[in-house]
Amino acid sequence: MFYLARPQNPCLLSSLNRRKFLALAGLPVVYAASLPAGVQLLGLEPADPLPGKHPGLTVLNDRPVNAETPAHLLNDKVTPAELMFVRNNGAVPRGLPELPTSLPGDWTLRIAGEAVPEPVTFTLEELQRRFTAHTYQLTLECGGNGRKEFSPPARGNQWSTGAVGCPKWTGVRLKDVLEAAGYDRKRAVYVGYYGKDTHLSGDPDKVVISRGVPIAKALEDESLIAWALNGKPLPLLNGYPLRLVFGGYPASCSGKWLSEIVVRDQVHDGEKMGGQSYRVPCEPVAPGTTVEDEDMCIILEMPVKSLITSPRTGAVVERGTPLSIAGHAWCGSSAVERMEYSIDFGSSWSRCQLAAPANRFAWQHFSARVNFPKPGYYEVWARATDTAGRSQPMVLPGWNPRGYLNNACHRIAVKVV
Amino acid sequence: MMSSTLRYTLLLLLLVAVAVGGYLLSDREPEPRPTEAKPSRIVDGLDADTGLIAEGDYLLVKGNCLACHSAKLVTQNRATREGWLEMIHWMQEKQGLWDLGEQEGPILDYLATYYAPEESGRRPPLGDIEWYILNPTD
Repeated sequence: MFYLARPQNPCLLSSLNRRKFLALAGLPVVYAASLPAGVQLLGLEPADPLPGKHPGLTVLNDRPVNAETPAHLLNDKVTPAELMFVRNNGAVPRGLPELPTSLPGDWTLRIAGEAVPEPVTFTLEELQRRFTAHTYQLTLECGGNGRKEFSPPARGNQWSTGAVGCPKWTGVRLKDVLEAAGYDRKRAVYVGYYGKDTHLSGDPDKVVISRGVPIAKALEDESLIAWALNGKPLPLLNGYPLRLVFGGYPASCSGKWLSEIVVRDQVHDGEKMGGQSYRVPCEPVAPGTTVEDEDMCIILEMPVKSLITSPRTGAVVERGTPLSIAGHAWCGSSAVERMEYSIDFGSSWSRCQLAAPANRFAWQHFSARVNFPKPGYYEVWARATDTAGRSQPMVLPGWNPRGYLNNACHRIAVKVV
Repeated sequence: MMSSTLRYTLLLLLLVAVAVGGYLLSDREPEPRPTEAKPSRIVDGLDADTGLIAEGDYLLVKGNCLACHSAKLVTQNRATREGWLEMIHWMQEKQGLWDLGEQEGPILDYLATYYAPEESGRRPPLGDIEWYILNPTD
């Protein structure tokens, strides 16, 4: 019934949505608004908009739920589940536990698309039993992290710095599952996903979001179909029970509440792959320019970036006592090679200590001891440089209509007394 | 006289109809639609229900925009009249927003007046700093 009502693969049954099916079947379309009093609908929003999340998260939006983590709460080397940011495009699927403790073994994942000879369905239990599990620490960052600073402003959730986290993810390699499904190497161009989240309009025929990655990214060792975060079932708001994780790409590529993967013979054209979503002008534009859809290009790797997570901004310190700073640096394409800080607005830079990543696409930890020459107001600015020599800009990077890819240096205020 | 095949077919059809009906009753979400919003408490100039600036035609925004999404999607954004109109067009094209009719003008006036962009340049100064004494042993 469900599959008839909401075709998972729009290539199939595309002309038969639920309402049309009902009309064809000669059945009345019943609206919830006309339900008799006392009939409860399932799937009402939970009382706690952020089940399982830390109270210190900043809620940007409550329908759909979007919340970011203040920089000083991201100090852990491995981001705890309760501090992982939440970015939802639609409503959380109904009928799932708010605080999951076990996995539904019968949850199904369908592998289909033009480059798969016959659609194959695995249960979560089969994924766990048939394939080798891998654990990686992978950085996920929303493509719109930092949108808040763009001028003229870009519409959407006004993320400041906290739509990023780097927990440990456990699951199976996407490539192992695609190989088991016998995907066609010659035809495969892109991998797209479908999930069980529902459209805010309540229209069951509308796909909330269906993005993905080029096949080369999908086949990397670290590209996972994951069921665990830090060794426990995924938090509901982060995609329980199953999701994709592509470290280093905009987090919107890593589909949550995963129910279907399509291997496409073209660039995936799912919801929020085209238009202005998760795309930036192919050629740089002046701030405020209107850019036509056909002149926008899909964001792939995220740029080099860093965050000072200790101390919290606003620290008042005594003169003569060095200040210890710490944080993380990451980069979507390679690794961070150099980390520096400045207390004079970029006139001079000093090196930080920088640790190697736990694995590819994991963030790296930095630390330094900072001395201030005299009392007064300071800003500590942090700047990461990747192995290709690309550094974070001190000013905002290229303006784009939707405010993506702001990797400008992070800074904290310090007063020396 | 009905043949047994026909009888079984009818029975099967009835069962399918019952199943579909049950599914609909349990699964259907309310269709969003505009409402006539009433004024509520106003605290510090903000509508207590939503956080919208309680000036001008904020009740039109409450009755139309908040049928589908949170007020936070309005209050955290800033745009010119053209920018807000573009967002409305996008919601009409992609998200199922209805034609706002003669309410569109007053809604745009409200948004462009109270949620207008501020000039912040390439990097605004750090704002809202809450100073605290850092314990050096921390």
